[in-house]
Amino acid sequence: MSEASAHAIDHHEPVTSTGIPNKKVLMWAFLGSDCMFFGTLISTHLIYRKISATVGGNFLDIRDIFDIELTSFSTFILLASSLFMALAVSAIHKGNLNSTRWMLFGTIVFGAIFLACQVYEFTHFVHAPGNELTLSSYRGEPHVFGSTFYVLTGTHGTHVAIGVFWLIGWLIYSFTGKMSTADAMDIECCGLYWHFVDIVWILIFPVVYLMEYAF
Amino acid sequence: MATESLKYLNPDSETEVKTKVFPRPGQNTKGIINWLTTIDHKKIGIMYGMAALFFLILGGLEALLIRSQLWNHNMDVLTNREYNQMFTMHGTTMVFLVIMPLSAAFFNFIMPLQIGARDVAFPRMNTLSLWCFIAGGIVLNLSWFFTGGSPAIGWFGYAPLTDTRFAEVLGDMGPDFWIFSLQILGLASLLASFNFITTIINMRAPGMTMMRLPVFTWMTLIVSFLIILAFPAITIALVELMFDRTYGTNFYDFLEGGKPHLWQHLFWIFGHPEVYILILPAMGIVSEIIPVFSRKPLFGYGLIIFSGAIIGFMGFAVWSHHMFTTGMGIVATSAFSILTMLIAIPTGVKIFNWIGTMWGGRIRFETPMLFALGFITMFMVGGFTGIMHSSVPIDAQHQDSYFVVAHFHYVLIGGALFGLFAGFYFWLPKLTGKMLNEKLGKFVFTLMFIGFNLTFFPMHYLGMIGQPRRTHSYNEGHGFETWNQIATIGAFILGVGIVIGVYQFVTAAFNKKLKPAGKNPWDARTLEWTLSSPVKEYNFARTPIIKARDQAWENNYGPEENHSQKEPLDDHGVHMPDRSWYPLITGLGFLGLVLGMLFHQSVDVNTGEIIRNYTPAIAGGVVAILGIIMWAIEGPAGYHLFPKEDEE
Repeated sequence: MSEASAHAIDHHEPVTSTGIPNKKVLMWAFLGSDCMFFGTLISTHLIYRKISATVGGNFLDIRDIFDIELTSFSTFILLASSLFMALAVSAIHKGNLNSTRWMLFGTIVFGAIFLACQVYEFTHFVHAPGNELTLSSYRGEPHVFGSTFYVLTGTHGTHVAIGVFWLIGWLIYSFTGKMSTADAMDIECCGLYWHFVDIVWILIFPVVYLMEYAF
Repeated sequence: MATESLKYLNPDSETEVKTKVFPRPGQNTKGIINWLTTIDHKKIGIMYGMAALFFLILGGLEALLIRSQLWNHNMDVLTNREYNQMFTMHGTTMVFLVIMPLSAAFFNFIMPLQIGARDVAFPRMNTLSLWCFIAGGIVLNLSWFFTGGSPAIGWFGYAPLTDTRFAEVLGDMGPDFWIFSLQILGLASLLASFNFITTIINMRAPGMTMMRLPVFTWMTLIVSFLIILAFPAITIALVELMFDRTYGTNFYDFLEGGKPHLWQHLFWIFGHPEVYILILPAMGIVSEIIPVFSRKPLFGYGLIIFSGAIIGFMGFAVWSHHMFTTGMGIVATSAFSILTMLIAIPTGVKIFNWIGTMWGGRIRFETPMLFALGFITMFMVGGFTGIMHSSVPIDAQHQDSYFVVAHFHYVLIGGALFGLFAGFYFWLPKLTGKMLNEKLGKFVFTLMFIGFNLTFFPMHYLGMIGQPRRTHSYNEGHGFETWNQIATIGAFILGVGIVIGVYQFVTAAFNKKLKPAGKNPWDARTLEWTLSSPVKEYNFARTPIIKARDQAWENNYGPEENHSQKEPLDDHGVHMPDRSWYPLITGLGFLGLVLGMLFHQSVDVNTGEIIRNYTPAIAGGVVAILGIIMWAIEGPAGYHLFPKEDEE
């Protein structure tokens, strides 16, 4: 055994072969994998949408319960939160702690509004008088739309919720006095995740909602 | 604690000892805590290997019970349901708890040494994957003790076998255990793969360009990409199935609008890349061994890498050849048939490259080489029958017969397991510092080779004359008895061979009679053989500067300009990350979450209503989340070692 030493522990970022920080490579690999998660869910929804178009013998018109104005609003809110996220990353790169804090706060608030809209939407759909959409049925008849709809949008909502908790973690951290430009890369990874979750919603919104009005 | 003060108190600076909720074990921790909190990729590799060898014996016993049941017509060793449970558990265990973790053991132990790294990119995450794998193994095998016993649905869990309505036993929990264990095993594989991808892309030693990476490391990279892209499909399919079974959704419920066919597609979109996840690591191992024992560089290095990548890529485009008889229509069936034939080309290229490597070489028939040769020959047999199955009419005849059983056992035992055993015989001297007993090794090879072929070659014939697979018994008068008895005898010979082999591996570290191995006992070619055996905890005292592909060989025999150099000794010493309790705590949290979800439902005896109690699941989840938060707060930290230059 060689001499164990007591040198001060230094936290310099190790030099990597590509020059890209390890955590960023990890996050990109994870996002690639996450694409396949949502790809599977969206495919499931699209497959059933076409082959289970009726309920109890009647053509299924899900527009009866969709509230496209509300969903458009929450889509806008989620997209706007990405702007706050980008500004937060930019602010921490410049070392502007105060601005970072406010931008993180903005992202959290907008993410929370989106989640609140989703909770309202789910509750509303399950209890829609005469048009109840549950996990297993529509208007009391067994159907698949509720299954694919809730599991797909619910998985997305879970992603948003994880993102919100992650951001709250950063917001709390910003008050400990330890936050500095050294954390910029970590916050950037959080931003990558947040933007990705937004992009997924940009796909889900037309595929699950808007398409019902077009085809 | 002495070690603590040694670690944290620096006479030159004012650093203070920080008190923490769970004090971090110091660098000299011994005993069980050393293993529970380790973040050393070598120790993690050893634990992966030990656990997988245990499951290999367990899965092997299940196989022997199946073979005993088939010894003669209408035997009663197992009941119908027990038989179904046995082949389900055998398949699931061997795929997820044996071959994959054995590959992960080699990825962990060998890959960082081959690229000149001191550890993987995220050491604590690596530990978490280990604990998730072990939790998955525990959850799967706990199923034996609860309502309905183990799952009896096949390792593929086809709908509607998993439908609660068709459960043989009321309230059968087997499929639930199966679902949750696969989820947590999937998490383990995903975490490990993100880690390996980052490590190989980012932590190569200076001069170790991508086209100088050893083939095994390349295969690690390709397999990791396969895992992160294939596992999401099964994860979502299992989530949907869990919702079907627990919350009454209709994803696979054909009575209420669902399509069982969708399960097959989602399962095989994962399941076919999984086949390559199982075989590519063994191909990587064999590609390391054959050049060493032929004393020639690998023939067509670039082609082997490229074929591996093509196999990985095309592996995502052939899944429906598992479903030719489900009536997908002519276009889909033809397309998948053609693609399946095409994927045989890169596989064939690899075989010719290995033959080309041996051609004109000075071949030494030592145990690793014997297993590697066994791999090539028997993988070829499995490959040929695989090509037969790519033809739709032939596949329609073979579907669900013993011919298919013969085919995939030739690929997975004759292929993957022989490759992995070759890896054990090849790299254990590096791990333990001692040579294995060569005679015993050759004896194990002989037993396994004979036993394996006795077991599985007759199955080709049995399948051709019509014995169906996954069937509890057969009647008299079909002429199945003789070949089944030969297969059963072979299975026991194979079992004895494997047990002796496992005994040899497990005792290698403690056996005092074995000869010391030295740095490079096989006169091998890659970077790990420039290190002492066993490898020091910091791997490389000084980071090597790589000048050539087969660096260890070039250092010994190559021209001066190809010799590797070393980075100057750093005043700061070697930075080592600290041990941590949090991967274990987070893993236990996940285990609690999964068990809580498994047992959250109960039925009210009086009203017959379902009662849901999420408290244990939430408690488990909270433990996992707290573990992750504390993990983030404690940071990687670390200490420094000052190895002397010659101590590698």
